[in-house]
Amino acid sequence: MNLLADFYAKHSRLIDQIGINAILALSLSVSLQAGQLALAQAAFMGIAAYVSTILALNAHWPLLATIVAAVLASTAVAAILAYPVRRLRGVFLAIATIGFGEIVRVFANNLSITGGAEGISGIPNDATTPVIYGALALVALVLFGLSRTKFALAVALVREDEYAARGVGVDVGAVRTAALALGGAIAGLGGALYAHASFFITPTDFGFPRMESILVWCVVGGVTSPVGAVLGAALLSVLPEAIRFLADYREVTNGIILLAVILFAPGGLASLWQRRGAAAAAAAARTA
Amino acid sequence: MSGAPTLALDGVGVRYGGVAALHGVALAIERGHVLGLIGPNGAGKTTLVNAVTGLASLASGTVALEGRRIDGMQPHRIARAGVARTYQNIRLFGALDVAANLAAGAFARPGRPAEADMRRALERAGIPDANLRARAGALPYGDQRRLEIARALAAEPSVVMLDEPAAGMNPSETTRLVETIRAIAASGIAVLLIEHDMPLVRAACDSVVVLNFGEVIARGTPGEVARDPVVVEAYLGSGAEALA
Repeated sequence: MNLLADFYAKHSRLIDQIGINAILALSLSVSLQAGQLALAQAAFMGIAAYVSTILALNAHWPLLATIVAAVLASTAVAAILAYPVRRLRGVFLAIATIGFGEIVRVFANNLSITGGAEGISGIPNDATTPVIYGALALVALVLFGLSRTKFALAVALVREDEYAARGVGVDVGAVRTAALALGGAIAGLGGALYAHASFFITPTDFGFPRMESILVWCVVGGVTSPVGAVLGAALLSVLPEAIRFLADYREVTNGIILLAVILFAPGGLASLWQRRGAAAAAAAARTA
Repeated sequence: MSGAPTLALDGVGVRYGGVAALHGVALAIERGHVLGLIGPNGAGKTTLVNAVTGLASLASGTVALEGRRIDGMQPHRIARAGVARTYQNIRLFGALDVAANLAAGAFARPGRPAEADMRRALERAGIPDANLRARAGALPYGDQRRLEIARALAAEPSVVMLDEPAAGMNPSETTRLVETIRAIAASGIAVLLIEHDMPLVRAACDSVVVLNFGEVIARGTPGEVARDPVVVEAYLGSGAEALA
């Protein structure tokens, strides 16, 4: 028991980070599952982080209220963003959403309410480990619940073939908007928790490198697998801490890992056990 | 029962830029009947299917399903109203399994289809033994064509439009396809069959509409159409003996 307490005391920050990163990875995995390479997660995260910070510091709202308000704000922004990008697909959607992320960052850099480039400090550190993991569990539960609904089927059909999805009665526009908004909500939750687990936030916390990290976690885990996304986030959050000298080269290692995954396991970690399952099934079929 | 046909097109025109892909097309299909739609390449057959399903917007005319206008509605709403189709180039959800493809077909219906419903759709499409867990894209070509038909039937539609279902099938598969198509119509569905395979059209269709350059140039029973000199000249040409 003491050992566990010692371990927690030593690594609590990392443990909290893993939880938040897992939430962020799940947020991107939602839009990836709908086949939408929408890379505005860091921006949604930032919007929510600033909203919850400002409400906590200026209006003295309690933690839960600031999180709810922040999530509502990021969800609304994501749903609105879905409209101008409704005709964009693939890499064009990626570029437009990255551009949106830059707009958000530039605004945060120049507005006085966000504290400009220096950001905002003195945020109450009330997003404790149980709060963060409670939030992660809630997200997992919601996504698991959704995975058994028709919405999940519609998401898969839109990913596979939008044209044929329309042909069987799927409202593709509504599904895309819902996927983006749900991703925005989850990213917002991650962002609010991030703010309340840090002493200060600055615009660079929510720039392109953050977005790239989230994308790498999802690719490493397997783009269409929520479990893979969580594993990818956990693995790549721990790695720089476990192998100390890597910490200074985080972006470099991110790039190398991304390349390795694309070359050797294009389906990510999730595909490795699916492949084993498929191999076992094939073997069983041969013997039958 | 109302007097309106199951699917009725009246004066339908579709333009792509300055080109009239369809002009003044009128046709009607009843439940239980198979209407063949033939014509040379580029005659506007697939455009007509797209006009009905809402993928191509009409420049003129109306499309009505059981007396209710469906032209101008969004494609997913038209599908939900009871119009199902297959594609000239197969468009299954290839990475998903057979069961998911059938569930997709039944997307507009309440709830999820039970396994028995899926089996029934596969049976009606002529692949009763297909493995529900198999990846759709990994099925043999002919089975993929039939799975597309099963997906369309899973919607329990009023109208099914089959866009060249025999493409890539061998003669014995094509012969079996005739039975499948007749059985679909007999179950109370209006079938529009686009096909190049003349023996199949003769065997499967109650009546035929011939398109050329986006206009209807002949209509009647398969036999009548085959003897029509306008059709022979415009479309069949040296292939006329295939019908005779």
